[in-house]
Amino acid sequence: MPQIAQLAETYASQIFWLLIFFGFTFFVVGRGMVPKVLATVGQRDQQIADDLAAAQAARDKADAEEAAWRVRENENRAAAQALVAEAKAEAARKSEKTIAATQKRLDTRLADAEQRIAAARAEAMTEVEGVAAEAAQDIVARVAGVKVTKPAAAKAVKEALDA
Amino acid sequence: MAAEEGKVDPMHQFTVEPLFGTQGWEIAGYNLAFTNSAMWMLVTVIALTVFMVGGMKRELVPGRWQMAVESFTGFIDNMLEANVGKEGRKYVPYIFSLFMFILFGNLLGLLPLGVLGIHPFTFTSHFTITGVLAIISFSIVLIVGFWKHGLHFFSLFVPHGTPLPMVPIIAPIEFISFMVRPFSLALRLFVAMMAGHVLLKVLSSFVIGGINAGAGFAALVSVPSFALMIGISALEILVAGIQAYVFALLTSLYINDAEHLH
Repeated sequence: MPQIAQLAETYASQIFWLLIFFGFTFFVVGRGMVPKVLATVGQRDQQIADDLAAAQAARDKADAEEAAWRVRENENRAAAQALVAEAKAEAARKSEKTIAATQKRLDTRLADAEQRIAAARAEAMTEVEGVAAEAAQDIVARVAGVKVTKPAAAKAVKEALDA
Repeated sequence: MAAEEGKVDPMHQFTVEPLFGTQGWEIAGYNLAFTNSAMWMLVTVIALTVFMVGGMKRELVPGRWQMAVESFTGFIDNMLEANVGKEGRKYVPYIFSLFMFILFGNLLGLLPLGVLGIHPFTFTSHFTITGVLAIISFSIVLIVGFWKHGLHFFSLFVPHGTPLPMVPIIAPIEFISFMVRPFSLALRLFVAMMAGHVLLKVLSSFVIGGINAGAGFAALVSVPSFALMIGISALEILVAGIQAYVFALLTSLYINDAEHLH
């Protein structure tokens, strides 16, 4: 085993050169380069974290703006609906008024007409009664030879018509 | 390696051979020759540095290479965050260096460069190397522990909720298990790396021996051994990663003990 057989003659050289080369590794590579590499990694991680935070902030802002827009939109819609409802109500009221006025006019005309009809009928009735009374007087005079007074004839006719 | 004679010494690959500076490079009586071991440490450091420099473009949108480097640093960062917490971040440079140094050393030592005549040397298969790394980790635990908690650090040896009569028994056991840590840390890596390489070399000696012994032996011994070598090579790549991970993970767990006691 050369490790043991050569120990006495080589240990000094082994240790010396190990300390030289491992020392170089530690001071140049370990102390000099590793922190720089780690710093680069840290910088990149920081950048990524910052970018993510910025993206999150932008998204939050967009969400807030959307919510605000939604509220505004809802308000606008409600206002528009109120306007429409008002216009509808106004139109309904107006048409109701027109309809009512027309109805009233029609009603008065109807009542007028009915009144006139009733008057005409009453007039016609009295005429019919008068004619009937004279006819009855004549008939009675001719058939019975009895003279009937006009009021009596009228009374009889009225009784007969009403029955 | 005496492959021509059908004999492969499975331990030869761990031999440390001075490349230059054999005689002259002595400081205070210590021979500091630049060996093949040092050479592969240098290769590891260069490969690791090149890998890291490729990921240093610091782009906001990373390319593939930068992504790979960042996934390694992020892996260590997450491991320390999970095991130690927020205080763990200051150990990232050390744990990262440890993990990457061991990982690259393990993987480079596995490269099949022997085909080209270059013999890779796995320095993590030497306990002088793993031992020093373990001692550095253990020293950090001790220094941080005593720095943060002072003598209160010794309460580590008395787990929370131990009944008073049990303390004289528990404390020595805890102390021993604590002192064993650097050894287990060093030996685990060294043994795992050495065992895998020895196994591959033994199997390769079967392949070569079978071929030298004739067609029948080649079909009976060499082909199955070679198939097994392919499987074990894949396993060794896994082990290379796992051992580096275990070394880094255990170090971070020990640092957690030092930071938070129990």
